[in-house]
Amino acid sequence: MTSLPGLRARRAVPSHRPPLGLVLLAAVVAALAVVPLIHLGLRVVDGGVESLQPLLRPRTVELLISTLVLGLAVTAGAVGLGLPLAWLTTRTDLPARRAWSILAVAPMAIPSYLLAFSFVAALAPRGWLAELLAPLGITATPSSYGFGGAAMVLTLTTAPYVVISVRAALARLDPAADEAARSLGRGPWAAARVAVMPVILPALGAGALVACLYAISDFGAVSILRYDTLATAIYSQYRLSFDRSAASALALLLLLMALSLVWAEGRVRRRAALQVPHGARRAPRVVSLGRWRWPALGLCAALTVLSLVVPSVTIASWLASGLRRAPQLWDALDALRDSLLLASAVALLALVVAVPLSWLLTHVPGRTSSATERLLYGIYAIPGISLALALVSLTLNVAPVLYQTLFALILAVALRFLIQSVGALRGPWLQISPHTREAARSLGERPLGVLRTITLPLLKPGLLAGFAVVFLSTLKELPLTLLLAPAGFSTLATDLWDSAREAFYGQAAVPATLLLLISFLSVALLMRRGDVQA
Amino acid sequence: MPLRPSTIGRLCRGAATATLLTASLALPASSQAEAPETPLTLYSGRSESLVGPIIEAFSEATGVAVDVRYGDSAELAALLLEEGDRSPADLFFAQDAGALGAVAGSDLLAPLPDDIVARVPDTFRDAASRWVGVSGRARTVTHTTAEELDLPDSILDFTDPAWSGRIGWAPTNGSFQAFVTALRAHHGDDAAREWLEGILANDPVAYPSNSAAVEGVAAGEVDVAFVNHYYLLQLLEEHGETYPVGQHFFEGGDLGSLVNVAGLGRLASSDQPDVATAFIDFMLDREAQQYFAEITFEYPLIDGVAADPRLPALASLDVPDIDLSDLADLKGTVELLRDVGAID
Repeated sequence: MTSLPGLRARRAVPSHRPPLGLVLLAAVVAALAVVPLIHLGLRVVDGGVESLQPLLRPRTVELLISTLVLGLAVTAGAVGLGLPLAWLTTRTDLPARRAWSILAVAPMAIPSYLLAFSFVAALAPRGWLAELLAPLGITATPSSYGFGGAAMVLTLTTAPYVVISVRAALARLDPAADEAARSLGRGPWAAARVAVMPVILPALGAGALVACLYAISDFGAVSILRYDTLATAIYSQYRLSFDRSAASALALLLLLMALSLVWAEGRVRRRAALQVPHGARRAPRVVSLGRWRWPALGLCAALTVLSLVVPSVTIASWLASGLRRAPQLWDALDALRDSLLLASAVALLALVVAVPLSWLLTHVPGRTSSATERLLYGIYAIPGISLALALVSLTLNVAPVLYQTLFALILAVALRFLIQSVGALRGPWLQISPHTREAARSLGERPLGVLRTITLPLLKPGLLAGFAVVFLSTLKELPLTLLLAPAGFSTLATDLWDSAREAFYGQAAVPATLLLLISFLSVALLMRRGDVQA
Repeated sequence: MPLRPSTIGRLCRGAATATLLTASLALPASSQAEAPETPLTLYSGRSESLVGPIIEAFSEATGVAVDVRYGDSAELAALLLEEGDRSPADLFFAQDAGALGAVAGSDLLAPLPDDIVARVPDTFRDAASRWVGVSGRARTVTHTTAEELDLPDSILDFTDPAWSGRIGWAPTNGSFQAFVTALRAHHGDDAAREWLEGILANDPVAYPSNSAAVEGVAAGEVDVAFVNHYYLLQLLEEHGETYPVGQHFFEGGDLGSLVNVAGLGRLASSDQPDVATAFIDFMLDREAQQYFAEITFEYPLIDGVAADPRLPALASLDVPDIDLSDLADLKGTVELLRDVGAID
């Protein structure tokens, strides 16, 4: 998710009319995004008053509350973990800081449902943790099910997003502002409040929003951990109902919840917007932790154990039990091929659309741009399950040619994650000064040459990051793939999901291992490009 | 002209290569000649881990590729109803007779040839031949063997508060839903609702699948789970004989030991009915029936193939008197389950 709130103000490019082609592109994206939602609405209207019946049941209110409570708890948890982690790994003399800064972000590679399966496997009354602890006389392990488990798993999954977002803001922070405040007589806390918080807060808000949206729309982890939310209810309604309008009604409800969160965060962010000063920045001071480095190390280590060691041990135990049966390696290779195909196609498509779109957003400020950006955020915020439902129904009833085709799936996933590649490209676009390009032109370089020698090389980090982040998200994606994939098409994620849901953990081990390996590689690619984008 | 050895060698190699090339081109070409250009599309309510290998065996034997869409039986039945005659599916492989009946009831299934359905006893196929059972499965109660349990004589008695917090079930599962449909058909809607409410009062743990429920028993999360008979045998295979779970068959015609079938139906909208029929034919052939007996541990349904020796013979099971064709009201069952709060 993008985390560049301050950058918008960094540069005022003289406003001129956006090129027609770009406006058309934005319009097409908008249409692709809005049509399924309108269809979802029509579907509910079509079902008449009866389809609104499920919304009026007391159960719906229960689900609404349980979804909101989970969203709030995960947001609080992710901020509570992510903020200190971001600070510890950028501004302090934490021992092995570089290693921790990688480990703090690495859990991004682990899908929430895999982490959930791991906690279930570890914490079952006769699970591997119980076996491990039995010699010590500890016989009872806490249950992984219900609210506690769901909140914990989703907090661990989303904390890296907060870390990345806040770390980027900390990196942009000019120590001069803090020092100026200090020199004007403010104490360290007061100085931090006036000079640091205004820069951190928008980034924290963006990270918190991602965490909250993730939690309310997550479907895999909550259903494994048996915590009922709107998302699980939509899925169950969809799968087991002969009347789909009830599922559509619930999907709309979840959609409204997500969009109001985006809207609320936007308001908070606008109020906190701050001009980040131009000019050279110095490296920030490093805070000495002193005796506090032990609890700080403890926090980092505990997080690493929970979010990386637990799933690794679980998958290893799955592998061990899977090897006893003949592992179905060929199926896993098929799924690997499908996963790579889908993730590359989606990431490429998103990138191709994102390059001109992000140029529009950064170079032609105005109503078209801000509307497009808000819309992209909106699509990202749409729970996958709602979007999937809308698209199943839309393709079946309106465009049967696209029904259950790979093309429809690629389009849907690319649309959903488009904002991620746009976010990755914004920074690089802003760094390419038009003066550089003009200078090249005036020195006789032709437009294509400028593109090749100036624009592309400067854009390259953004292109790579944009590709990697969408690639990663697609690899882990579950609800869209589950509902939209054509018959015979299965990814590592859906294979893992199907096997583990059937409790065939031995069979789940191979796709799980492959999925983790590729995910870690794409996270590594992201990290090499710096933390600015995620 | 005398041939030098090297020339002979080159010729031989050339000939061998040519032969190999011809063979490799000819072999797939000949099987392609019979195979249709488009693969068969199968909607499977049975999971890939159970039926994937036998579907592959069909493809290998016939050269016909099969694209499978996996899901819950009820989900796929609902999808087929929504798609109507636009469905891309040629075949529906359901986990229970009820889902097949629901689709057949909407006139979406075409009648199958007599010589195929006649291989299966009357009780395990549709009277109008629109679907045919492929393998049999009995409902059982799997239970922990880590402690001595006092199991009741009837599935109906698990509503006793003594079972509070000890029951696992899979209310989204097709086989469970077929059992509830049987309960409704046999004892009436009110009795079915009463039983479900009684079980719910005991705070059952809802698992996403039957095998997950059995694993829940093994992991000590619950003491008993209402599932089909073959999951335990599969898990014994994976975990060895020390696996702390056993299973109980009820007697006296109790619904707790209802025997249902997983079966196949051919969509009337299929554009390759002959190949679809060949698929059903294959599944009722000896090789596939042996697969179901020995690999998935279900009851084979054709003469001359025996079930796993650890299981009571199908004929010896004291099964309740239920006509599987009466279990088609899946919709009513799903509504009841939703109404009592067993599913969302």
